[in-house]
Amino acid sequence: MASGQHVSAIKGAKVLMVGAGGIGCELLKTLALSGFQDIHIIDMDTIEVSNLNRQFLFRQSHVGLSKAKVARDAVLRFRPQISITPYHANVKDTNFNVDFFKQFSVVLNGLDNLDARRHVNRLCLAADVPLVESGTTGFLGQVTVHIKGQTECYECQPKPAPKTYPVCTITSTPSKFVHCIVWAKDLLFAKLFGDKNQDNDLNVRSNDAATSSDHSEDIFEHRKDEDIQQYANRIYDHVFGHNIQTALSNEETWKNRNKPRPIYVKDVLFDEPIQQNGNVDKSNDHLSSLSAMAYLDLKNPQDIWNLRENSRVFFAALKLFFSKRQKDIGNLTFDKDDPLAVEFVTAAANIRAASFDIPLHSLFEAKGIAGNIVHAVATTNAIIAGLIVIEAIKVLQNETKNCRMTYCLQHPSRKMLLMPVEPFEPNKSCYVCSETPLLLEVNTHRAKLRDLVEKIVTSKLGMSLPLITHGSSLLYEVGDDLEEDMVANYAANLEKVLSELPYAITGGTIITVEDLQQELVCNINIKHREEFDEENEPDGMVLHGWTPAPAAENSKDATDNNGASTSSTSKSAPDVIEDDDDLSILETGIETIPAGGQKRKLSDVSNPEPPVDEKRAKKIPMHPENDDDVIVMLEDGNDDISKTTQ
Amino acid sequence: MNGEELTEQETALYDRQIRVWGVDAQRRLSKSHVFVSGLKGTAVEFCKNIVLAGVGSLTLNDDNPVTEEALAANFLIPFDDNMGGGGSLAELCCDSLKDFNPMVHVSVEKGDLSSFDVNFFEKFDVVVISCCSLAAKKSVNEKCRKLSKRVAFYTVDCRDSCGEIFVDLQKYVYAKKKTDETVECQLQYPSFEEAIAIPWRSLPKRISKLYFAMRVVERFEEVERRKPGEISIEDLPNVLKLRNELCLAHSLSESQIPDSLLERLVVSTKEFPPVSAILGGILGQEVIKAISGKGDPLKNFFFFDSVDGKGLIEDISTS
Repeated sequence: MASGQHVSAIKGAKVLMVGAGGIGCELLKTLALSGFQDIHIIDMDTIEVSNLNRQFLFRQSHVGLSKAKVARDAVLRFRPQISITPYHANVKDTNFNVDFFKQFSVVLNGLDNLDARRHVNRLCLAADVPLVESGTTGFLGQVTVHIKGQTECYECQPKPAPKTYPVCTITSTPSKFVHCIVWAKDLLFAKLFGDKNQDNDLNVRSNDAATSSDHSEDIFEHRKDEDIQQYANRIYDHVFGHNIQTALSNEETWKNRNKPRPIYVKDVLFDEPIQQNGNVDKSNDHLSSLSAMAYLDLKNPQDIWNLRENSRVFFAALKLFFSKRQKDIGNLTFDKDDPLAVEFVTAAANIRAASFDIPLHSLFEAKGIAGNIVHAVATTNAIIAGLIVIEAIKVLQNETKNCRMTYCLQHPSRKMLLMPVEPFEPNKSCYVCSETPLLLEVNTHRAKLRDLVEKIVTSKLGMSLPLITHGSSLLYEVGDDLEEDMVANYAANLEKVLSELPYAITGGTIITVEDLQQELVCNINIKHREEFDEENEPDGMVLHGWTPAPAAENSKDATDNNGASTSSTSKSAPDVIEDDDDLSILETGIETIPAGGQKRKLSDVSNPEPPVDEKRAKKIPMHPENDDDVIVMLEDGNDDISKTTQ
Repeated sequence: MNGEELTEQETALYDRQIRVWGVDAQRRLSKSHVFVSGLKGTAVEFCKNIVLAGVGSLTLNDDNPVTEEALAANFLIPFDDNMGGGGSLAELCCDSLKDFNPMVHVSVEKGDLSSFDVNFFEKFDVVVISCCSLAAKKSVNEKCRKLSKRVAFYTVDCRDSCGEIFVDLQKYVYAKKKTDETVECQLQYPSFEEAIAIPWRSLPKRISKLYFAMRVVERFEEVERRKPGEISIEDLPNVLKLRNELCLAHSLSESQIPDSLLERLVVSTKEFPPVSAILGGILGQEVIKAISGKGDPLKNFFFFDSVDGKGLIEDISTS
């Protein structure tokens, strides 16, 4: 291995690492020890306490500092001779363009989210730079190699889609704790503390729609003459009492279901509602020290609070928001690193769970569900980083034929804990690396250009700087240096129905959508269609040729997978750029569905059922989400697989 | 849940891994005592992993002075023209590891590995030795086995791009979850001496060639009274000769131990850092499993060769 050729390939290489988190720390260390001399590293994150158990280049005193910069300094301490260039920045920033990528011999990803991975994949394709991709979850991990024209690109295979729930499951008929979490986080928390202009389905639909909508408009407003306790009581009684009562009036709903129980303040807090005492004022205004648990002297986040305790936490958290964080109200979104938000959501979800006779959960568990926190350990990251370096060296020596994708398994498959598989060839119908046209079914008389941009171009095609043309005419573009009149023109176009645009989009039209930064061009054939099924096709348009996760189609639990999402689901996903490296953009993080079509629980890593991909060995599902995804395991003795294994 | 609760600080620090193995496992980890001897790159990777995981204590043993070669393979020791100012490998690693996780007690035990008696090992739950002679492996393993409590014993070695882990958990009983029920599993491990004494022809057919190759090199070093890793390309003819003798004695085809594989193990005895990271990671996971009682432990050898990229478990025992 330590041949002369190998040493010179390493020494002459200029390497770009994207991500300085769990995998990144291990990778930077192993690259340095292996003799790499010129390493660039991009990470927009700062260091958090929960990183310290595995991101070993960081210490308590580094909390709040740039990961990329601290990682560089830490590695230079034992290897001062080498060059490490840190960028405390988002890899999607426009200065990391194709020319930037072209200077590197290989790009190594240690990312945590689909969005950034897709972006880097496209830039690597455009710059023709090999990419080594990786991901871990608990004891599972994988490393894949993507070389333009020779192996499949990162987007050749379907990726797990965010799990979504039908609106009515969340608003009216929750059956699992996660439904209560989604309700507490995306509806109640968003309604009380988020943007007031957002659509919100918090109020249950009643037979008598008129009264409930009348009633709901002002109920969440904090009235001027009302003290916080009164306000909190009113909210509590409304969402846990009145709303459930209203839901109960829809008798059809409860024919085959257990009826929920309305809960009112008077039912749970027999004594005086908790007094606002001096404790609150003593705490300083630093966000992390503001805690309802501390206020109520609850210590163990592993404890499961009873209904009464949850109610007390609910009131305490709500009051702390209104008394101490008044200025945040109206622009908060749920953040798992905001302890008060986690407490509020835990309490609200548990009270709702109590109504519906769903088992209550601890704050620790609720936080994991609400924050999509993914299991992460140092050992798997170390193993995966070692495998990345081994593949990177093969790539640098032009030994493409010897490159492997490797799965790190929890239970041995045919004696293997580390299982190498030959890389797959590019998917000829991949719209990213094969430029295959897409087909969009849409009602061209009803859908606006804005719908096309938001529902297709941004969220499905993952473009951040899109430009849409019809023939030689520009319909829309995003950029910093646009003329004012063009901006106005595009803004006007956004609100126009497709068939009424200056250059009308109708059935048979071919539009071109491109992202200048990613240098990705897609042609989309437009097919006009009148009707769409509201539950199954909530976008009101259907894109073919793009490879979504088979979540909606294949799940056994059809009631959970009608594709409808709660209001904030689809909006929130693309906003997550490079979160804490153990976060996913999945809406719940509870379940992801491997491409084989079988569901597996993330929480079940200790005893995973290995789904078998019967169809073809070539399609071993890959979900290289760093620290956030399920890796599909191969059944022991699967004959198809053995053919491709070395 | 039993025993005392984790502190707030522990819960915050270990949040992500508690989500993998649970609070009980974390509590057991924090009460465990680990001994590591032979601090080259692979052992250092392992130390990093278990210090981060939050074991109770880690005791380091390696009196060797810091050399340029040791420095090159060790990310724990800050670069220093004075070669660590005369400190031993164990002392310098200890300083860095303490810094990784203030909740773990890291200390140094001076002395030659062979000088430690049976009672010495009683303090530990886990003993890991690396880069040591065949005789030392056998003897430390036997000492661990003489104790009334179970001390989990591991060896880990990395030569060039190949690596081997050996595990002896003696009699190990653990709970295994199967879909809905929990079944009790029992594993019986042989000692290192017992395992390598098993006639090669009675081992399963397609066993990893690396197993045999490592035995040849280990035996060669013992016969020639070399230190572990004290071997070079000049020794290759004699190593091949020994291979032939052993194959004859065991009625094994010489093709089971290819010349090319032995050549790789002899030419470069330096650890290849990516392989060290992989072995240190696998070993870390195994030790965490054994301490926590969670998960199927490896029985009883693990091999990795970066040329084919396979990480293989081999059960080399009579039972």
